[in-house]
Amino acid sequence: MTDTAARRAAEREFTVRERTQLQLTVRRFLRHRLAVASLFVLILVVVFAFVGPLLWRYDYAQFTPDNSVAPSLKHPFGTTEDGKDELALVMRGTQQSVKVAVLTAVAATAIGAVWGAIAGFYRGLVDALLMRFADLVLTLPLLAVAAVLAGNTRGSWWLIAIVIAGLQWAIVSRIVRGVVLSLREKEFIEAARALGASDTRIIFRHLLPNAIGPVIVNATILVAVAILYETALSFLGFGIKAPDTSLGLLVNNARTAVDTRPWLFYFPGLFIIVIALTINFIGDGLRDAFDPRQQRIRQ
Amino acid sequence: MLAYAVRRIAVSIPVLLVSTFVGFVITSLSGDPVKNFATSASPPPTQGAIDAYARRLHWDEPLLERYWIWLTGLFRGDFGPSVNPGRDLGADMWTRFGVTLRLITAAIVLALILAVVVGVISAIRQYSKLDYTTTFLGFLFLAMPAFWLAVLLKEAGIWVNEQAGTTIFYTIGEHSPFLEVDTAWNRFTDTIGHMILPTISLALINFASWSRYQRGSMLEVLNSDYIRLARAKGLRPRTVLIRHALRTALIPLVTISAIDVAQIMGGAVLTETVFQWHGFGEFLVRSINEVDVYGVLAWLLLAGTVVIVFNLVADLLYAVLDPRIRYD
Amino acid sequence: MTEPKVLEVADLTVEFPTEDGVVRAVRGVSWTLGAGETLGIVGESGSGKSVTSLAVMGLLPAAARVRGSVRFAGRELLGLSEEALSDVRGQGISMIFQDPMTSLNPVYTAGHQIIETLRAHRRGMSRQAARERAVELLDIVGIPSPAQRVDSYPHELSGGMRQRIVIAIAIANDPEVIIADEPTTALDVTVQAQVLEALERATDETGAALLLITHDLGVIAGHADRVGIMYAGKLVETGTVEDIFYTPRMPYTLGLLGSLPRMDRPEGRLTPIAGSPPSLLNLPPGCPFTPRCPLAADVCDATEPPLIGTGRPGHDAACHFHDRLVDAAAGEVFATTSADAGGEGSAP
Repeated sequence: MTDTAARRAAEREFTVRERTQLQLTVRRFLRHRLAVASLFVLILVVVFAFVGPLLWRYDYAQFTPDNSVAPSLKHPFGTTEDGKDELALVMRGTQQSVKVAVLTAVAATAIGAVWGAIAGFYRGLVDALLMRFADLVLTLPLLAVAAVLAGNTRGSWWLIAIVIAGLQWAIVSRIVRGVVLSLREKEFIEAARALGASDTRIIFRHLLPNAIGPVIVNATILVAVAILYETALSFLGFGIKAPDTSLGLLVNNARTAVDTRPWLFYFPGLFIIVIALTINFIGDGLRDAFDPRQQRIRQ
Repeated sequence: MLAYAVRRIAVSIPVLLVSTFVGFVITSLSGDPVKNFATSASPPPTQGAIDAYARRLHWDEPLLERYWIWLTGLFRGDFGPSVNPGRDLGADMWTRFGVTLRLITAAIVLALILAVVVGVISAIRQYSKLDYTTTFLGFLFLAMPAFWLAVLLKEAGIWVNEQAGTTIFYTIGEHSPFLEVDTAWNRFTDTIGHMILPTISLALINFASWSRYQRGSMLEVLNSDYIRLARAKGLRPRTVLIRHALRTALIPLVTISAIDVAQIMGGAVLTETVFQWHGFGEFLVRSINEVDVYGVLAWLLLAGTVVIVFNLVADLLYAVLDPRIRYD
Repeated sequence: MTEPKVLEVADLTVEFPTEDGVVRAVRGVSWTLGAGETLGIVGESGSGKSVTSLAVMGLLPAAARVRGSVRFAGRELLGLSEEALSDVRGQGISMIFQDPMTSLNPVYTAGHQIIETLRAHRRGMSRQAARERAVELLDIVGIPSPAQRVDSYPHELSGGMRQRIVIAIAIANDPEVIIADEPTTALDVTVQAQVLEALERATDETGAALLLITHDLGVIAGHADRVGIMYAGKLVETGTVEDIFYTPRMPYTLGLLGSLPRMDRPEGRLTPIAGSPPSLLNLPPGCPFTPRCPLAADVCDATEPPLIGTGRPGHDAACHFHDRLVDAAAGEVFATTSADAGGEGSAP
């Protein structure tokens, strides 16, 4: 009787397969259909922007003999008044905008993560000083300050990215600090310290990896935010400058011609929306995947 | 409560001072007006003219010295010299500031009302068609560039005007250049008419994130233990919803909206550019383009003040709404 | 047992659809509560005892599927609108929740939250009268200087004080039934007894019947008239306190008693029940206690035993082998699961 009970208990207990954290996260993300579809669309857009120019018959800087023609087979997105092919321009614009956005997200995340981890780890005066400064950055009218600073960048895409990142890292630092504050009293940190681990090691090997979920989610959202800021800057004339182009600049060039050459206005705008929208959906899916507490009850 | 308010204001003053210095450094990084004058003016100016130009802008002084001259000037109501000798920064600024303040206040109020209504309804009807629709619209507006939406609205306004054969929506400027019958009432309605489309386009962008926020906050409250107790003690569903859930769920939005005021100031620059308003945004764009450093500085100073004032109001409101905040 | 029943629950089932399948939280539970009676429901977390009480109040999330019948004073509550239920809640049946730290709305004073309960059910009551009544209620539940405390915000009060306020809210409108769902679990041990005392005084004052839900058999022993033991969404044994404590007829009950320190039998060892309760998702057929049961046999895997009479009136148990447990002690029955060699079972 004893044996059967033990055997039964064992059978029931071990029928649940164990999964690693990463597998669980990926599985939860894949269940988020909208996020997966968005990822697919976003990859298509990126391929379009970076591989497309190699295959397409027109260059973005090239003047074709067709001025101001509506979308056709020859020019699927139409042409500008000076004969440039809009499809080539949109490819180039998407490329530049995506480059700026990704660099912004990476730079802002790196600065913010280290900043927040240091503040949360050392607490006290260090924390107070670092976080007051982050608060101050958060209250700056970002677009305006970026415009002021970017006025001096002469359209260099990576300088623009650095300017936007220099104003966006503060949000990341708040998130990381929160996680670090809650973690630094946990047993495994105590244990690491008892084993003689240095502060740097504890921060980089133990604290930051635990903040990875919220940081990745936020970095994703940052890409979308940065796209919108880059295009807004270019729209005001302080971002990417002609003869190069970006999606924001394309919209700006077209804004007085919405009536007469609508294709010049709608195509670049549509690309901005599709990129920002898909990234936000992916971010949403990632948030659900990283935060299992928010399991929904199906209707 | 009064003591709390006074202390809170007292704390704001050093914050504002630090911001002015940060602003001063940012502006100094943004460009060199003297170099700009020396290289772009035609005919090329003489060295003497360049020196005089630099002296007029205090550009011959070291950074800290220059900051001090500017700061002390502020107390006399002097916002510093413009690169353009004919431009009186102070006078130009105040009229334009009024125009923009009107726009952002209206946009904030509109966005808050929309956000609360939509956020609360989609929280109550979670996972309903309405919730999915507003969620999707929220994502769409979040992904939509402010200037693109503004241009779209402007075009829509023009289209409606053409269809109607008369001007229903004003799409250019902050008011008509001249009125046929110039009465106070006509001026008022003219101003309101010009505000409609810009206000909507500025409000919609913020409405998106605020309504998501309000929905989340409302959902959290609706799932809380104290709402369950409020239901368990037999309060009417409406009472539970309004007096318990909404009352508590509004608190976080106060803080969030105050934080976003800075971004709305920035967003207003785009809206004003599209609708060709002679507002504070145009003032900034022009100042940047002309490397008019004191103009840029004036904009940052006033924008910073707006942000601080809005945050102060939010803090006080928060203290009134949430008894857990201590005044002492 | 002939007094009229104020609350009758019959064949209640509650299911939650989730992403992984349907969780069957309550699987056909029936019990009755007489006027002024105290019924204790005991079970581990996840046994469905709290879900049962929320189903009675109509407070389950909209996604929950509730079937069966809940009759209060002869009136069916399942299927009533939220509006209609709000008449019953607080006035007919009121409820006390587990965590006093989160049960009160942080933005209103204690007094306000009592007063609005009073005025929700008594339209004519003046603000002044309601306030005076609120102070009285605070006094009944043992809050010192109630006239001042009435204006305190929840965050200014301790957990024990907050739970007393929740009790005051529960008795504000003289309900016929009070449901207390783990009323002391979240409190310090020293405060638990005081709060239970306040609860007892409150039920005495109103004459209300009490449904006391807890995982703590010690609480039941001192306060309940009858007891129901829940396991995996079902009642597995019901009876008077004496039946349950002295002649348990279901191995699970026996195990619960065995893991309880007894002052009257200091020489007895504590015997834990090995294993943990089953997942309520895709529950296999058969008795859900089988994997942990020392008496388990093949029949237990095949069929789930119904709750049937044990021979004594009012004492029912759901076990194929309930007659084997007559006069058995937990130490004897459960020790065999952990000991591999014979002989240990009978000691000490």
